[in-house]
Amino acid sequence: MDFQPTEEQEDLRAGVRDLLAGRYGREALRASVDTGVTVDRALWRELGDAGFFALRLPESEGGVGLGLPEAVLVFEEAGRALVPGPLVATHLAAGVVPGAAAGTAVVSAFDLGGPLVAHLAEADAVLGASGVPAGEPVRSVDPLTPLHRVAVAGDATAYRETGALLTAALQVGSALRTVELAVRYAGEREQFGQPIGAFQAVKHLCARMLVRAEVARTAVYAAAVTGDAGEAAAAKLLADGAAVRGARDCLQVHGGMGFTWEADVHLHLKRAWVRAEQWRTVAQAEELLARELVDSEEGAGRLG
Amino acid sequence: MDLTYTEEEQDFRARLRAWLAKVLPELPARPSPDDWPGRRAYDLGWQRRLYEAGYAGLHWPVDAGGRGATPTQHLIFLEETERAGAPYVGANFVGLLHAGPTIAAEGTAQQRARWLPPVLRGDEVWCQGFSEPDAGSDLASLRTRAVRDGDDYVISGSKIWTSHAEVADWCELLVRTDPGAPKHRGISWLALPMDAPGVSVRPLRTLAGSAEFAQVFLDEVRVPVANRVGAENDGWRVTMVTLSFERGTAFVGEVVACRRTLGELARTAKANGRWDDPVLRRRLGRLYGEFGALWRLTQWNVSEAERSAGGVPGIGGSVFKLAYSHARQELYDTAAEVLGARSLSLEEEWTLDRLSSLSYTIAAGTSQIQRNIVAERILGLPKGR
Repeated sequence: MDFQPTEEQEDLRAGVRDLLAGRYGREALRASVDTGVTVDRALWRELGDAGFFALRLPESEGGVGLGLPEAVLVFEEAGRALVPGPLVATHLAAGVVPGAAAGTAVVSAFDLGGPLVAHLAEADAVLGASGVPAGEPVRSVDPLTPLHRVAVAGDATAYRETGALLTAALQVGSALRTVELAVRYAGEREQFGQPIGAFQAVKHLCARMLVRAEVARTAVYAAAVTGDAGEAAAAKLLADGAAVRGARDCLQVHGGMGFTWEADVHLHLKRAWVRAEQWRTVAQAEELLARELVDSEEGAGRLG
Repeated sequence: MDLTYTEEEQDFRARLRAWLAKVLPELPARPSPDDWPGRRAYDLGWQRRLYEAGYAGLHWPVDAGGRGATPTQHLIFLEETERAGAPYVGANFVGLLHAGPTIAAEGTAQQRARWLPPVLRGDEVWCQGFSEPDAGSDLASLRTRAVRDGDDYVISGSKIWTSHAEVADWCELLVRTDPGAPKHRGISWLALPMDAPGVSVRPLRTLAGSAEFAQVFLDEVRVPVANRVGAENDGWRVTMVTLSFERGTAFVGEVVACRRTLGELARTAKANGRWDDPVLRRRLGRLYGEFGALWRLTQWNVSEAERSAGGVPGIGGSVFKLAYSHARQELYDTAAEVLGARSLSLEEEWTLDRLSSLSYTIAAGTSQIQRNIVAERILGLPKGR
């Protein structure tokens, strides 16, 4: 047993991190917020060229031929960089929707469990529906995730398990990034004559963030390796918590600055809220795990 | 990233399983928690069985009398023994996980020959004399004095929260040998024979009602200088060498046990109707997911240790301990919700487990200390007050 990334996996992760740092750094992120362009087609194609969408497609079909463990590592990096757009749905559409694998098509999905669809206006296709349905724009909480209300709901159940796991990987990336943002700010911001990071109350907020993120990260990796449905549900559940609570704690560490539009924290929080509603909610994950628990072999009858 | 076990590891697991199936039915009945001589005999008896079967000191280096097993084999051992319902390490805890590895790493040849074999054979019990009434989380402020007098140290002071003190043969004792030095620098590590004149033990009742640990009083106790492990005034570093073991794999068996406990709770809730309460049901589902993730985190830490030199668990153990100790407390609070008023009876095993779970966020470094470790050593935040 060697439950650690291989050298090739680390290289792949580092490659995607470098690509995103150069291509979608903080200035690009803020520029998308200002311009309202939420899917950059050129970036989409670059991600496609790097194999981001075709990663799990067999080589015989023009893909990279890798598996879920590699996919969660690169999605973690996309989550860290807060790349907007329907990354998960387009990845799932590789080999199904023409152009998805190469990043020349943008594919959304009926992953919000109701009449709302993200990135509908930019989408060339929507997983779970034939064609792109018409929809009324809805003002979205996340400035980088536009939402539309559609009349007819589609069904993306077939993609749900993998969609939830890859979304969990995005959440973990975001959670780890907010730990970094909080730690950096706590080391720079001075009050009472010292960096606020020297105060135990602030330190403990940061430590809790890391603990949640690390537990979630392990759950995501394990689910990617085993492909187990219960582990994938646990991964989504823990990653949603790590991302949402992590962003909130990060906002708290930033104090008044954290409540401003200028800090990036709110962007992480709002996206984490969106992702928490995608593919599998906390409630759905908990119910699934409860069913697995009661059916499990573990602990038959000590209480009688 | 790979969670499959090698053929060698699977063989190891199969042989261990077969041995456990044979030996466990032959074990005597477990003594009651308050029967200390009985507990000592039982725990040492189990250690003797492990020794005879070649499982003693599995994770110890071969030159210290151990088996030199890989961290993964150690993980399999802890997982399988718990799953089979084998006895806990019990009174042998400090000797096998703490004092033993410390002596193995830092002791002289004579010291290793004197103290290590009896721990592995199940002949001698060790306890831990670290904490003092005024030195708990701030361990380095300990005040127990050891003054050199010829070939002896003369020791006076008091230790507290000492588990198994009543039945221990030896105590790994931290003493102040240089009161003038900065507080981390003037400490030495000594092996104290518990029957030395001047040692007295006063049992302390825990909130669970049992005499689980004790206060140890040291009144001009003479200990040979030859009992010092490591250099004089170097005891802090000697201790830190082994503390990480306590936070690394010490809870493997318990994570397995917690998953079993959750299964029992789910069945109980099904039987008594509490399962229909979606709030409670979802809480149980969440805990099941959390303990599953904690098991994977254990495998992650073990794999990391296996890749690192020496196989010593890293400070990631603090992350695990923080998550685990809080999850365990929530597990037993949830158990109380499932059981309702039944959870108020001390005749329920659950109730004692619930009470004992309260120690998890305190023992082996409080959660607050662990968060400081995570914040300062992993995240690099500045030291402060």
